[in-house]
Amino acid sequence: MEHAEILHRCFRCGYCKLPGNYADINCPAYLAYCFETYAPGGRMWLLRAWLDNKIEAGSRFAEIMFSCTACGNCVAQCAFPEFRDRLLLAFTAGREALLDAGTAPPSVRDWLTRIQNHGNAYGKPAKKSLEWADGLEIDVFDGQEYALFVDDTGIHEPRGREIARAVATLLTTAGISFGIIGKPCFSDGNDVKAMGETALFESLAEKNISIFNALNIGKIITLSPHSYNVLKNDYPALGGQYQVFHYTQVLAFAMGRLPLSADRPGLTVALHDPCYLGRHNADYASARMVLQALPGVTMVEMDRNRADALCCGGGGGNFFTDLLSGGDDTPARSRAREAAAAGAQILAVACPLCAIMLEDAVKSENLDKTISVREISEIVEGRMDLQGNAR
Amino acid sequence: MTADLIARLGKITGPRYVSGAAEERYLYSMDQGTMPPAAPDAVVMPKTTEEVRQIVMLANKLKVPVVPMGAGLVLSGLTRALKGGIVIDMKRMNRIVTVNPASRYVVVEGGASQGMLKAYLDKHHPDLKHSMPDAPPVATLAGNICIHGSGHLSVLGGSHSDMLNGMEVVLPSGEIIRTGSCGVSGGWFSRAPLPDLSGLFLGWSGTTGIVTRLGIKLFPKYRYNDVLIFVAEDPDLMPDMISRLTSVQAAEDMTPWMTPKPDWARGFLHINIAWGGHTKKELIFKRNLLQGSVREYIDRKIAGFLPLPPPQKGRFLKIPSPDLARFADLRRGGGFEYVGAIMAIEHFPDAYRAGLAIAEKFNVAYSLGARIIGAGHAMMFFFAYAFNRADPEDVKRASDALEATNTAALEIGGIPWKAELPAQKQIIEKMDPDTFALMGRIRAVLDPNHIMNPGNWEKD
Ligand SMILES: Cc1cc2nc3c(=O)[nH]c(=O)nc-3n(C[C@H](O)[C@H](O)[C@H](O)COP(=O)(O)OP(=O)(O)OC[C@H]3O[C@@H](n4cnc5c(N)ncnc54)[C@H](O)[C@@H]3O)c2cc1C
Ligand code: SF4
Ligand code: SF4
Repeated sequence: MEHAEILHRCFRCGYCKLPGNYADINCPAYLAYCFETYAPGGRMWLLRAWLDNKIEAGSRFAEIMFSCTACGNCVAQCAFPEFRDRLLLAFTAGREALLDAGTAPPSVRDWLTRIQNHGNAYGKPAKKSLEWADGLEIDVFDGQEYALFVDDTGIHEPRGREIARAVATLLTTAGISFGIIGKPCFSDGNDVKAMGETALFESLAEKNISIFNALNIGKIITLSPHSYNVLKNDYPALGGQYQVFHYTQVLAFAMGRLPLSADRPGLTVALHDPCYLGRHNADYASARMVLQALPGVTMVEMDRNRADALCCGGGGGNFFTDLLSGGDDTPARSRAREAAAAGAQILAVACPLCAIMLEDAVKSENLDKTISVREISEIVEGRMDLQGNAR
Repeated sequence: MTADLIARLGKITGPRYVSGAAEERYLYSMDQGTMPPAAPDAVVMPKTTEEVRQIVMLANKLKVPVVPMGAGLVLSGLTRALKGGIVIDMKRMNRIVTVNPASRYVVVEGGASQGMLKAYLDKHHPDLKHSMPDAPPVATLAGNICIHGSGHLSVLGGSHSDMLNGMEVVLPSGEIIRTGSCGVSGGWFSRAPLPDLSGLFLGWSGTTGIVTRLGIKLFPKYRYNDVLIFVAEDPDLMPDMISRLTSVQAAEDMTPWMTPKPDWARGFLHINIAWGGHTKKELIFKRNLLQGSVREYIDRKIAGFLPLPPPQKGRFLKIPSPDLARFADLRRGGGFEYVGAIMAIEHFPDAYRAGLAIAEKFNVAYSLGARIIGAGHAMMFFFAYAFNRADPEDVKRASDALEATNTAALEIGGIPWKAELPAQKQIIEKMDPDTFALMGRIRAVLDPNHIMNPGNWEKD
């Protein structure tokens, strides 16, 4: 297993369980289950024990290993600078070894099989991949400045489609030169990679790259931070060199071109930083810039924000494999409580997966009268003057 | 039997929070130190005092051992299930129940962590703080107080057990008792004037009850904070230097340290002195007091204050300091353990020399240091040894050095703190027999079925 040489160096001190300000548990898997085994240090020691034949990789072992949402909090907080950058790589390598050994939880196996067979996480036919944009007047990419890449959730999940449509509408309204990719693309592969299925990831990425390259795409806007992360950081090594932007990064500089209404009631908003925009790519500014540009919006911060943000629990494939659900302390429920405690009326998200995870959590917590979850694109859309009068 | 136990525990906490799986049994069988593994049959995580009570009642009925665990960071293996049974991982009971700013105390649940309390106070009571140990911030307040820990306000307020105002405890028999003022009035403001039952649970290594709530003293938090590092070369002068520095009663924390790394530090004895002030004037006034207290040594040019540029100060003012945890990577092997011995200040030179001799004899990577407790009333002198956990010989070397250190500490007149099993036996050997017999009688009364962390504080 790659990175096996760092496993025994973990002291199991637990700095990685917390955010930088120690406000609460910040490893989503550990928060959900509380057993030491689920904490980053527990993972390190269990992997070592497995490699040393001290324990077998049974179903619980696999569930523990695959429950990591790849949120990166441990990488940010580990007290040991010499190896902390490799923690997540080690967890991914561990999952790869488990997959090689044929030990993966059923939900992981099924999800990977769906992607393998259909090219997307929902097992839907490729021909449906442009349906999300039906009725919108958006051009297919044909040499515009940007191509818009929409992830599986934006394409196939009803809630994701709403968000994708809101983003596309905003980009159009802001006069951004873009087109949607006219050919069916494949799963971006971000979460497949995090789950340790490297070969499948590479095949997905290569297929997407050949589509992008055939269309001569140079700049890509992504709907999802997951896509943003993988296209920006992992596609280049496979021959896919693009300038990649999350939609908030483009929108942040185009807010002045939107017909924003000045007479909407005031709104208190807390931003949930998505892991793949924040911790993994250190962009804490773009989403805030978009929100701050909205007249009447007051931002509040949750205790865990920016590099300290708590993952919604949907990262690293867990949105699909659902290994963290049940219990009162799922990360999404904890996050919903935190947002309400911060006094926010709106919990703003910048990712379709976060939106769905947190919407469910707000309901489970019976907080739906106190707070609602809205994707940033929808918040902006809702504060535009629909007559289209530019300011 | 184990399946039945798990099922019955699951009825108490919900099945999600009980495990008898190999993974949990493996991980909870050991801590980060050198003690050999001892696996529990089950790990359970209660959320309420009532759940703790029911678990204890069940354990009593089945005569199954119970081991309370906070963060399991004690390093000396005290949360291992020496005789199997149930590890009660307390971390789900992590609420901060109330803060009383007027009488400066906080009430927390038995699994609340140091870090969470710090964050809570920083946010809601920025003018208050508690005494943080340098243990990683996930360490629990209960675990630390139960072992008589010490920390960043220990010069000011003594051991952390001295900062305890009272406790709610589930006894091994399942009764729930309250020590200190909270047992009589609604407040958690003092242990006096009642018979002090808190002592029944302090220093007993989880053998007498399970703490589910604690009232802990808070202290004023200063707006301005500073640190000085006093450097000397002669260990024989350290007791007097410590005595002088504490005599002005300006410092909150005082931690001597002696390490062979970095190179510039080798051979020198350093004392970090941290203090604060509400105003800059107060800060400077106290600094002058501290510097003045050891002026004579400075004038004689046999000691002095290390010039510390402001960016470097930040590192020394960080609470908790992750530097000690990082010591675990010295051998690139994720391990260290220390003997911390509570001893009188005058034993500093002997302890220092013994530490150097043992490190040399066993060829172990070492770090020596101390934390002064009270106004020079005692100290926790630590002898820390790093080891590579992937190298059994290295682990053995550290383990041998630790055992030799325990012996040396006792010979010097100190008492190993949070003593691991072999050290407990060494202490018992030296303990007045009637005192040890009383300990046994107390345990028998509290815990007739002998279920609480058995194997600890026993002769055989
Ligand atoms: C890097 C490092 C630095 C450290 N620095 C310091 C320091 O500066 N000061 C210091 O004091 N310590 C220090 N320690 C030692 C130790 O980690 C701390 O004292 C820590 O606070 C212990 O708390 P815990 O929650 O980990 O306790 P645990 O290890 O879980 O338990 C300690 C003991 O208390 C018992 N116990 C735990 N919870 C309960 C409960 N609710 N009821 C009854 N019994 C209970 C356990 O059975 C055990 O005997 C350090 C350790 C490390 C690794
Ligand atoms: S991963 Fe790093 S911070 Fe976490 S327990 Fe291991 S050494 Fe400590
Ligand atoms: S990446 Fe996130 S979920 Fe995974 S172990 Fe680290 S902190 Fe936990």
